[in-house]
Amino acid sequence: MQPLYHLKETPSQTAGPYVHIGLVPNLLGITGIYPHDLGASPINDGAKGEVITITGTVRDGAGMILRDALMESWQADADGIFPGNDPRGQADPNVSGWARIVADFETGEWVLRTVKPGRVPAPDGRMMTPHIALWVVARGINLGLQTRICFEDEEEANAACPVLGRIEHRDRVSTLLAKKTGPSAYRFDVILQGPDETVFFDM
Amino acid sequence: MTQDTQIKPHIGNAAGDHPHPHPGRPADDARHPLIHRDRDWHPQAYTPGYKTSVTRAPSRALISMPSTLSEQTGPAFGHNMLGELDNNLILNFTGQPAIGERIIVHGRVLDEMGRPVPGVLVEVWQANAGGRYRHKKDGYLAPLDPNFGGCGRTITAEDGSYEFLTVRPGAYPWPNRVNDWRPMHIHMSVFGSGFGQRLITQLYFEGDPLIARCPIVGTIGQQKAVESLVAPLDMNRAIPMDCLAYKFDVVLRGRRQSVFENRMEGM
Repeated sequence: MQPLYHLKETPSQTAGPYVHIGLVPNLLGITGIYPHDLGASPINDGAKGEVITITGTVRDGAGMILRDALMESWQADADGIFPGNDPRGQADPNVSGWARIVADFETGEWVLRTVKPGRVPAPDGRMMTPHIALWVVARGINLGLQTRICFEDEEEANAACPVLGRIEHRDRVSTLLAKKTGPSAYRFDVILQGPDETVFFDM
Repeated sequence: MTQDTQIKPHIGNAAGDHPHPHPGRPADDARHPLIHRDRDWHPQAYTPGYKTSVTRAPSRALISMPSTLSEQTGPAFGHNMLGELDNNLILNFTGQPAIGERIIVHGRVLDEMGRPVPGVLVEVWQANAGGRYRHKKDGYLAPLDPNFGGCGRTITAEDGSYEFLTVRPGAYPWPNRVNDWRPMHIHMSVFGSGFGQRLITQLYFEGDPLIARCPIVGTIGQQKAVESLVAPLDMNRAIPMDCLAYKFDVVLRGRRQSVFENRMEGM
């Protein structure tokens, strides 16, 4: 048999408790190396669409709030176009789409201020519901967890979303729905383990 | 390294750091789906030898499906965001040299097909030569080095190559079992052209006897996978009378070549 020459992906390791040194040194107080931390905001002033604020925590299987979690988010603009390398066209120049979201060192609360993304087609052409891809790393997490923030007030789009439709245990879909807490304000808690465990993806 | 050292005001990322023209190679085309992860090769989530994973591991199965544009597209970073010393951890904190074993860490970022991945951001962080991190949560009794911050970053060149100049980090104890010590290691965070390729890992050093004893290394089940995280000493790249060198290649998820995505019956 002929050998296959494919390489294996480099195995993941935990980001550890000191991830902030590498990824957000200024926030940690290590100043003077980089002029600013990357990913402070996924939008600039003037971004088209509804500006929303999402607040949340990351909790473990014992209900404890993680104060050392770090997340990154990636999303389309208000028209559903991704910045950078979307083959369908140019995104809103005031949307970079990517953010680093750091749990507060004392409370574990995190905040993401962004625009509500538009719908994006799945590979089969059906439209996915508005969502923000979220990648969660921390001490104790060996491989970054992929999840999605969707919105509870997008009932029609949620019902038609081929990704949400893939979740066999229908009562778990609600773990991906950010709850509306006020005008343009949402709450999204990531629960790593337990009865209300957030749905995580392998995609 | 070629850098535009002009520092731009921070107004989020869109204007200062984004976007730059994405490398136009077909392999990076966001229309191409990502190859699925081999999750038997990566560490499992629940690895009780590494105690913190016990309550931070999802207990339910992951929802598996092919990648979508959300995973196939991703942020890009321009060389113009880099400062001249960003990849020089020996000098980038105060300008005065850090204490420790001077080393070059270099390698290439490749995809699973062996193709170089140019233009992607690589970030590193590490303890100093005594095993102490510059972090408010690290109370280890080894002292801080006043001239060592502990972070660096660079962007891969056209051939996927990258390099850092740093000091070799020391081993350090951590509260897991009573006498657990991390091997010498450098944390590395790598972007691909798609958000689904996002990866954080750790580089270990050839010959370190602590590697085989480490519960975090031990979260990886296959010995060959562990070996792929161990950087060999690279005397060909060492600079006589100056510094030693270690080589560390990183492999990211590749992309399937077929763009045919016919809708299946009933989907």
